[in-house]
Amino acid sequence: MNNLKLFLPVIIFMVLAVFMWRGLYMDSRTLPSVLIDRPLPEFQLRSLELGDQLVSAADLPDGPFILNIWGSYCLPCLQENPIFMAAKEQNVIPIIGLNYKDRDEAARDWLELNGNPFELNIIDDTGRYGIDLGVYGAPETFLVDADRVIRFKHIGVINYRIWEDEIMPAIAAVRAGGNL
Amino acid sequence: MNLSMRLFVVTLIFMFLTVVKPGKAHAQIDVFDFETPEQEQRYRQLSNDFRCPMCQNANLSSSPGGVASDLRREIYRMIMEGQTDAQIEEFMLARYGDFILYRPRLTAKTLLLWFGPLVFLLAGVWVARNIIRNSGVKKSNHNRAEAGAPINQDTYAVADIVISDEERKRLNRLLAEHDDSAHNQDNTGR
Repeated sequence: MNNLKLFLPVIIFMVLAVFMWRGLYMDSRTLPSVLIDRPLPEFQLRSLELGDQLVSAADLPDGPFILNIWGSYCLPCLQENPIFMAAKEQNVIPIIGLNYKDRDEAARDWLELNGNPFELNIIDDTGRYGIDLGVYGAPETFLVDADRVIRFKHIGVINYRIWEDEIMPAIAAVRAGGNL
Repeated sequence: MNLSMRLFVVTLIFMFLTVVKPGKAHAQIDVFDFETPEQEQRYRQLSNDFRCPMCQNANLSSSPGGVASDLRREIYRMIMEGQTDAQIEEFMLARYGDFILYRPRLTAKTLLLWFGPLVFLLAGVWVARNIIRNSGVKKSNHNRAEAGAPINQDTYAVADIVISDEERKRLNRLLAEHDDSAHNQDNTGR
């Protein structure tokens, strides 16, 4: 008992050290999304493709799809675009774009210049729908299942490693109907 | 006052000056029309209370970030629609989670956050109390031992061990021997 008392400061130090060491490597910039396993919020918005005709959830793909928040001003979006282009070519999963706080002209030019991996580009120029999605800056990527429930979210740029290690397994799990 | 002392004081003053309440000094300017001063007051209060999800170390009122101005606009809209502060908080929490609150809610998850410092404070008080009490006990035991009184059995400090006269004689003899041998072969460099 006395020996234990002697080592108590060392034990306390070690416990604190472990917590703080872990804290050093924790990503505090990525907020956990509260929308996981919640239905995709309703919307009535314009799209780049359909002019003034408003689109809603009825215009979304029937099966699971990726919803990518992007903007022509957003450099990481340019970085991840080739991954989405490759996914489109290989028919991995339908990808829907949400053009977030952008100008229509700039968005169209960007897609023409860099390639358009999106089946549909919903326009959220005011950022109001982004608030409903808990978005705080492009790029953010959601995975929505066939029941229109948000199942997965990635904040920030997607690189090949994240695509292979996180997005693809999530797609497979959602297709299988299992839990993530 | 010498130079380093003066530098120290000046540094302290600057440190206190820089610790200003966020939101007052760098508030972003929005043009919103309110019907009553009370609405405006609530708007200011709410945009000071919520944290900007993008810039993370600023509240909504001081953040120049795009999403912060969108959220301020939403707060304005909801105030003008007559929603209560609780409803507005609910709106924020449903979209951005606990992160948006500077003052976290009291839940099972945040218990440690709320009461951790208190636990550490109590632990510190307990340690300090033990140290103070032990040093006090030692002194009084020492005095009592000299007076031939029985000592407190809880203490283990070497100075408090009471020895018999016979033992004391033996100890003195051993110490004297040690002193002699130390003098004879003094290799300590003293």
